[in-house]
Amino acid sequence: MLIQEELTAAFHPGMQACASTVTQYLWLIPAMPMVASGVIALMKQPRRKPAAALAIGSLGLSLLVALAAFAHVVSDWTQHIAVRETVNFTWMQVGASHVELGWVLDPLSAAMMVMVCFVGLLIFIYSVGYMEHDENFTRFFCFLALFAGAMLGVVIANSLLLLFMCWELVGLTSYLLIGFWYQKPSAAAAAKKAFLTTRVGDIFFLLGMVWLFAQTGTLLFYNSGAGSMEPLALGGMLATPSALGLTAAGAIGLLIFAGAAGKSGQLPLHVWLPDAMEGPTPVSALIHAATMVAAGVYLVARVYPLMSAGIVPGGTTAALSVVTWVGASTALFAALIAVAQNDIKRILAYSTVSQLGYMMAGLGMGGVAVGMFHLITHAFFKALLFMGAGSVIHGCHEEQDVRKMGGLRSAMPLTFLTYAAGMLALCGVPIFFSGFWSKDAILESAHGWTFSHGPYFMLVLGAVLTAFYMTRQVSYVFFGTWRGHGHAHESPAVMTMPLAILAFFAMALGLIGTPAWPWFRAFLDSRAAELDMHAFAEPGWLMLLATSTVIVVVGIGSGWLLYGNKSPDAEEPDALERALPPVWAVLRDRIYVDELYGVTVIAFYGWWARVADWLDRFVWGGVVTAVAWLFRGWAQVNRLLDVHGVDGGFDKGCDEIAAGGGLISRVQSGRVQSYLRLLALGVVLLAAILFWSSRG
Amino acid sequence: MLAWTIYLSFAGALVEALLPKNRPALARWFALVVAVAGLALALLSFAAGATNHFQRSVIVDVPWVSGMGIHYLLAADGISLVVVLLTGLAAVAGVLFSWNIDLRTNEFFAFFLALIGGVYGVFLSYDLFLLFVFYEIAIVPKYFLIAIWGSTRREYGAMKLALYSFVGSAMVLIGLLAAYASSGGHSTGLVELAHAGLPASEQMWLFPLVFTGFAILAGMWPFHTWAPTGHVAAPTAASMLLAGVVMKLGAYGCLRVAISLFPRGLDPWGWSFLGIGSWRDVFAVLAVIGIVYGALVALAQTDFKFVIGYSSVSHMGFVLLGLVTLNQIGMTGAVLQMFSHGVIAGLLFAIVGRIVYERTHTRQLAELETMHLSKRLPFASWAFVLAGMASMGLPGFSGFVAELQVLVGSWVAKPAWTVTAGVGIVVGVAYTWRALQKAFFSDATPSAHVHEHGHELAAITWPEVAGTVLLFGATLAVGLYPRLLLDAIEPAVKTLLAGGVR
Repeated sequence: MLIQEELTAAFHPGMQACASTVTQYLWLIPAMPMVASGVIALMKQPRRKPAAALAIGSLGLSLLVALAAFAHVVSDWTQHIAVRETVNFTWMQVGASHVELGWVLDPLSAAMMVMVCFVGLLIFIYSVGYMEHDENFTRFFCFLALFAGAMLGVVIANSLLLLFMCWELVGLTSYLLIGFWYQKPSAAAAAKKAFLTTRVGDIFFLLGMVWLFAQTGTLLFYNSGAGSMEPLALGGMLATPSALGLTAAGAIGLLIFAGAAGKSGQLPLHVWLPDAMEGPTPVSALIHAATMVAAGVYLVARVYPLMSAGIVPGGTTAALSVVTWVGASTALFAALIAVAQNDIKRILAYSTVSQLGYMMAGLGMGGVAVGMFHLITHAFFKALLFMGAGSVIHGCHEEQDVRKMGGLRSAMPLTFLTYAAGMLALCGVPIFFSGFWSKDAILESAHGWTFSHGPYFMLVLGAVLTAFYMTRQVSYVFFGTWRGHGHAHESPAVMTMPLAILAFFAMALGLIGTPAWPWFRAFLDSRAAELDMHAFAEPGWLMLLATSTVIVVVGIGSGWLLYGNKSPDAEEPDALERALPPVWAVLRDRIYVDELYGVTVIAFYGWWARVADWLDRFVWGGVVTAVAWLFRGWAQVNRLLDVHGVDGGFDKGCDEIAAGGGLISRVQSGRVQSYLRLLALGVVLLAAILFWSSRG
Repeated sequence: MLAWTIYLSFAGALVEALLPKNRPALARWFALVVAVAGLALALLSFAAGATNHFQRSVIVDVPWVSGMGIHYLLAADGISLVVVLLTGLAAVAGVLFSWNIDLRTNEFFAFFLALIGGVYGVFLSYDLFLLFVFYEIAIVPKYFLIAIWGSTRREYGAMKLALYSFVGSAMVLIGLLAAYASSGGHSTGLVELAHAGLPASEQMWLFPLVFTGFAILAGMWPFHTWAPTGHVAAPTAASMLLAGVVMKLGAYGCLRVAISLFPRGLDPWGWSFLGIGSWRDVFAVLAVIGIVYGALVALAQTDFKFVIGYSSVSHMGFVLLGLVTLNQIGMTGAVLQMFSHGVIAGLLFAIVGRIVYERTHTRQLAELETMHLSKRLPFASWAFVLAGMASMGLPGFSGFVAELQVLVGSWVAKPAWTVTAGVGIVVGVAYTWRALQKAFFSDATPSAHVHEHGHELAAITWPEVAGTVLLFGATLAVGLYPRLLLDAIEPAVKTLLAGGVR
């Protein structure tokens, strides 16, 4: 431990003033897919191959740049330099305040961008096979490339504003891709729901951003000491109290977390994510499993200095406690619902919500490295599971109900093997799968959290349920006998090869995060990575290993007991339904959260909208009509007065004069032209008089 | 040079009136040439202003009614340049989207150009009396445009609009006369009046009077009801101008006249009720109510054009809110929002009123739902998706920058305003997406029957494409590179804040 501390002290920050060449060109990473997207948008529909090639090629190039940047960070790190290079520029200037944008290269962004590029690339390749027969193939790749660009923009942003802008663009492409098959009403509705729900979170994010700017005068994260995530600004925010006993730092942190919760499907804003499965499966894999939904977790990691401002060793902050509790509740809640779903993708969607909860809880209790490690491993094995599910759907002729599948392990052996790897990683099967190591780290920090044991038990229970529902799903899909229509067939190589690659990483990634060699953690924390085999012999860790083993055995065992090799009919009640009917009903209906929104928030807005509309139609409009009537009535009174009083006298006088004959009768000839002529004459005369008088 | 925008438009209007009645193509092209010339002048002047660091420059100054100290005084600072540019854009787009007007074409464009001329005049006047004259001139063609070429209850809409406008101008006129009289009756020049040092007690009642008078035309709640009915009744080009520039006349008046002449009227009263302690608070609260209320009412509409009409009320709330923040960033944002809303609302009205309505002959969302417009009018669908994104303030479009600045400014002034306005933004997403979904992307019947449904819709014409691209390019350019306009607005706001407002 002592040696480690000395090493920590030896780390010195890299020079920020001169960003290295690779940092200078970091903008290329998001720019290339975006440009590709623009070019594809201008191409004609039938040009499929160039569109796919362009999207894949651009992301491939981005991956190369990202790897170069990653290598740069790693090489500096091994020389004990903590890299944090930024390039900032002024976007607009208002009075004394500058609004700046910029990008940053540090271990966090480097790790994330490599993951996004790599997983994204595999999914792009997979999509070529999956979307082969779709008539809007080019549009799909256009949106996909745009998404990748925006997501990478979120990753490299060094400014909360730039992050927010890319964040919104990510949300938009997510909307477009969920609604890709907008002919289906359910897809169109799901897209709208996703956009609206995440947007609710985004408004809090926006408010947090406005507050941060008002408080610190900058939206940059890091700017040689003047950024908002650096001690000077943090100190200022800590010293400013706000409502409910929070400091400004805590309140801003919570507002930003609300935005993150919207994107990452945290309770209670999770409702859009399962519906988002209406999109094509590669979209679910890329956006709603690996990258975009993880952006919320990434955002919290990015603003972690703000969240943890004023923390003492072994302590926590209000913001981090909220993150922890929300995360842990989400983890358990979504795992419960996943148990009673029958759609292959919906099960995975709830599982994603649940795992995102783990990541948030990891951030809240264990810090950036713990949460981020699970984010990275999850991205690989969940993308694998979704793509495997896509392969299954593809092979079963667009069937998504797990009860109408079965026995696919012989028909689709490659898909089965890779899917099994992903499933075991998700369940956290010890030692051989990456999910074990990353989930273990979260459970470890939850166990050590001194404020409450609640999150720990919730996460443990969630883990048991995870193993249970995955076993249920795999038994339904791959074991038993075939219950669907037609023949299931294995998917083409362009789809299975990415699966194999991801399966490899789902197992191997664990190597960089074991207690004996916590490479990833050390990398993110800018400490030296030590190989220490004795860590495996520590009683604490052994205890945890035992717990994990029990979790997995109980989960998988009970799942297998209920569902293994049973191959029940689709009409038959579920095994769990027979055992616990009321519980099943509640879980199947997703604990009625959607219905709750329907009778509260949505009804409330609908009601208010109608009230306001009514006000406008009758009250404000009525006032106008009333005033108009009032004036009209007044005018009538005046007219009567005029006709019978004033005019009467005038007419009488005129009559008398007219009776006298002479000039007037000739003027009143009834010819309009002559009236007009007289009128014009009068105007000219009047103008002349005015003109002369004003000169005089 | 800039003065020619006014003369050219009025001359154009005169020529249009004299053109032969049976030559609609000639009338169209002539109107387009005049509008483009105006836009070109505005752009050139903007570029010239940029080399001049957007200092205020006098264009024309000749005595008019010397006995009363009235001058024909035209001048422009950065704010004027921005709104003149907006007027130029709206004029060109308006002509393009009126390409299909066949009824009394030349008269239509005569009124159209006269309106544009009046608007240019207001934005360039630096004499209060002159400003008022142009302001009144602009009301008349507006009435005829709606009453002759309008639809849905056009007489009602036109009359309501005219009445509201005249009530507003009556209030402004009283304020104008009072200010003139109490400053000694030497001059009606804006600069002279601002320096006249009116007593605070007078400013305290003049400010709300004049501000309200102008804000009526800016659609301030609860004086907003002319806006939706007027917009709906108006022909497309007129609703584009109404939302695009006429509402800006009101906001411009609030800024240029009410706030800069009577800054002491914004001072605290010395007592407060429910947290409202000055006229500034009153108008900020009205603006915020307008933002949320307009959005909510838009959510409940069944007529597509009413949705856009109420969205204008909501977006103009941001302008008014920005104005009364009385800080650099908020007021800059308000002016930027004027430009942004002018362009975006113009685009939305063009899509709803021209591209969709002229083909489907209905604006009822329930009827549009059955028409499969996403397949039959893909251009309109995608244009509306993009315009809707701009309207709901997504980054990359001008609305985001403008609303962000207003929100930051109002946070500095009073965070509660920002929070409430945030609710309006959420509802904004809801009504835009609702209208989008219902009008374009809903599928009540199977897609196989798409083309059995009635006749084929007319193809999209080039003026529609050109107009869409023009407006869309403007909002995108400002959204990506806001300094384009901010460099112009900022010094003018700074001068304004330093020269009167605290």
